[in-house]
Amino acid sequence: MGKLFAIVVTVIALVSAAFFAMHTWWLPVDISTTGPAVDHQLTETLIGTGVLFLAGQLLLGAFAWGSSGRSSDRKTKVFPGGAAPLVVAAILVVGVEIFTLTFVGSKVWGAIYLAPAEAGSLQIDVQAEQFAFYFRYPGPDGKFGAVHPDKIDDGSGNYFGLDPANDVAARDDVVVGSLVVPVNQPVALMLHSKDVGHSFYVRELRVQQDFVPGLDIPLHFTATQTGKFEIVCTQLCGLGHYNMKAYLQVMTPGDYTQWLKAQESQ
Amino acid sequence: MHDVSSLPATHAHTPPTGFIRKYVFSLDHKVIGKQYYGLALAAVFAGMVLSWLMRIHLAWPAWPIPLLGKFSAVGAPNGVMTPEYYLSLLTMHGTLMVFFVLTNAPFAAFGNYFLPIQIGAEDMAFPRFNMMSFWTTFAAFLVMMASFFVSDGPPISGWTAYAPLSAVGKDAGPGLAMGQNLWAISIAIFCIASLLGALNFIATTLDLRTKGMSLARMPFSTWAWFVTSVIALLAFAVLLPACILLILDRVAGTSFFIPAGLVLSDKLQPHSGGSPLLWQHLFWFFGHPEVYIAILPSIGIVAHILPVFARKPLLGPRALTGSMIAIGFLSYMVWGHHMFVSGMNPFSANFFSVPTLVITIPATIMTLLLIGTVYGARLRFTTPALFCLGFISVFISGGISGFYLAQPSLDTYLHATYFVVAHFHFVMAVASIFGVFAGSYFWFPKMFGRMMSDTLGKWHFWLTFLGVYCVFMPMHYLGLAGNVRRYSAFVDDYLAPLIPVHRFITIAALLTGGAQFIFFWNLAWSRFRGPIAADNPWEATSLEWSTTSPPPFDNFGGKHPVVYRGPNEYGLEESGADYAMQTSPPNNN
Repeated sequence: MGKLFAIVVTVIALVSAAFFAMHTWWLPVDISTTGPAVDHQLTETLIGTGVLFLAGQLLLGAFAWGSSGRSSDRKTKVFPGGAAPLVVAAILVVGVEIFTLTFVGSKVWGAIYLAPAEAGSLQIDVQAEQFAFYFRYPGPDGKFGAVHPDKIDDGSGNYFGLDPANDVAARDDVVVGSLVVPVNQPVALMLHSKDVGHSFYVRELRVQQDFVPGLDIPLHFTATQTGKFEIVCTQLCGLGHYNMKAYLQVMTPGDYTQWLKAQESQ
Repeated sequence: MHDVSSLPATHAHTPPTGFIRKYVFSLDHKVIGKQYYGLALAAVFAGMVLSWLMRIHLAWPAWPIPLLGKFSAVGAPNGVMTPEYYLSLLTMHGTLMVFFVLTNAPFAAFGNYFLPIQIGAEDMAFPRFNMMSFWTTFAAFLVMMASFFVSDGPPISGWTAYAPLSAVGKDAGPGLAMGQNLWAISIAIFCIASLLGALNFIATTLDLRTKGMSLARMPFSTWAWFVTSVIALLAFAVLLPACILLILDRVAGTSFFIPAGLVLSDKLQPHSGGSPLLWQHLFWFFGHPEVYIAILPSIGIVAHILPVFARKPLLGPRALTGSMIAIGFLSYMVWGHHMFVSGMNPFSANFFSVPTLVITIPATIMTLLLIGTVYGARLRFTTPALFCLGFISVFISGGISGFYLAQPSLDTYLHATYFVVAHFHFVMAVASIFGVFAGSYFWFPKMFGRMMSDTLGKWHFWLTFLGVYCVFMPMHYLGLAGNVRRYSAFVDDYLAPLIPVHRFITIAALLTGGAQFIFFWNLAWSRFRGPIAADNPWEATSLEWSTTSPPPFDNFGGKHPVVYRGPNEYGLEESGADYAMQTSPPNNN
């Protein structure tokens, strides 16, 4: 029975690890300036933990194999050196791994979430609601109109609660259902929620950030490839949560300018 | 060996004679332990069926599920569940499993039955509180299950009930009116029950240990229940007021968790000044220690059982109890790792990340000590022994993924994906349940005086062990591909290629769930037909094996056992037997 357990646990460990190693199911292409560091951190973690995972499972299997089929009068053996070497090994190996991961990882995190958006970033306002995202560009005046929650009216398309009758800055704001940005241009988003918690997740950007009702939350990124990518909600927001999505369209600067002009003229 | 060295009991209990006081409103910790076990079985059955329904829906969304349409015509017209009903089932699955199974089975059920016996006490310190804590838990269970039968069904906000979704009421969606009220009330009641239970465990452990039972001589399972009760006392003491505040927001017009300016169902909500993040902080200040409330008792149970079948002492007993205490202490510093991308100040991510990673050190120490105990053992491959080995394997698998999620820089990609689902199911649910299975097969003879079938037990083990890996390991791959959790359907373009993986998981979940009927059958059959158990069928050392199977009403037949040694004396060479009971005096060797 011990040998059977050893074989089963070894097969499970090797098969499980193989799918990780072969990248059978894996992250999509990275299209952001901060993404490569995230991917690098993931690979480092994968290697470090992969060794620990295999070592743990295979040792367990080996010891189970070795402890089976013994006659009942055979004496048991104590682990060489007792508990101390294992405790020391755990503290050292895991400690070094933690130290390394934290040292590198905190910089990766800082680049995304602590560093301010670059000066001259394209400012875009994002409103999340059950179950859609809306994006607002400031228009030719470069200013966003003020937001009035009491004026929000999805029926008339006033998703942000703008007041163009009394607010000059709001008159030229461009509100659209897709996030359109030029390639290689730093973008600074400001996230607001109309109703409940939501989240902004673009796998290809390697970023995720919750919308919190009552808070304005900044998030910045620079996309490095043109294309169309899915923005999905990852914070349970109600019955339509699974279907809450929008697209990120990364365009060449020329296409972007043309697109923006077309929107502004509407 | 069964000649208990003992002192006369200081006061004698008289067993009750009426049916109600004996089996229903009993003060006997053994009956209460069985009641908790029965409640956990009912909850785990319900939770498992809910997971089947969800898995079937995820893999084949258009399939009508037989009987489901009859159970809820609104939630599943013609047997095909609506998106909101999927979320209702998801909420109830998580809630039932975390509170009524993972807290009740390894901690409240086995702890109630065996903690007093393992320390040589006649009962808990406060038998009436003990009875009250079970019946309060039972009331919480009924209130929770009642949400299935209110008009708009159970809440759809998940077991974490994030505000303001959970706080604003019916405008946020179906299930968020009466269903969410019942959820919050049920959890508040559950908190009261858990606080009573935790106090009782602590007082019992500290005050009622028999002569010679120093803290260092307590079995590892008792240590685990003791540390867990301290954690529970602090954790539920925070969740209780949080639930009360949530209820007030919902029914009394307060705004603890609801800020100004929210528009739901085209209505500006009449609230201002609250903070949704406050709920998350309060919830996870409970929620993360809750993970240890679920897993520590199972670690203790495995550490208690493994040496019995390895026929050698547990390696590093002091390091093991020290690690348990370290985990209990650290469990209060890590709650923010659930909130890296929640909108809390991103500076605090590093503050929460470091202790989260540090907690892997005591966890690794415990794992290595268990593996080291298997080294050079003379393993008796009984069902409980197999579940102990399986526990170590799944605990490694679940613990490893913690390294990823503890890092904010990876959480930015993996948060809220199936990677998280894989992680917590392995480390908290499957590992904890493997501990419960090990405990069930091990202690059943003591609790019911009959042995469980070892053949059926082994079938149960192998199918479950392979099954859980087929169910939960692929979820890591889904998470790496960015598959978001809590979706009732996969409509995004990038999710379509992942659906075959979901189908594989669903089939594995149905088969693994089906294998649990072997366990249910084994429990029921062995209860009445199993071979009569000896007092100490496993040749174990701790006090529960020094009394009859099942123990008499006052546990030790009007006497108090006297303890001369620790619980870890296996593989002895000096005497004829290879082990020494805790009650055997030194000069007997």
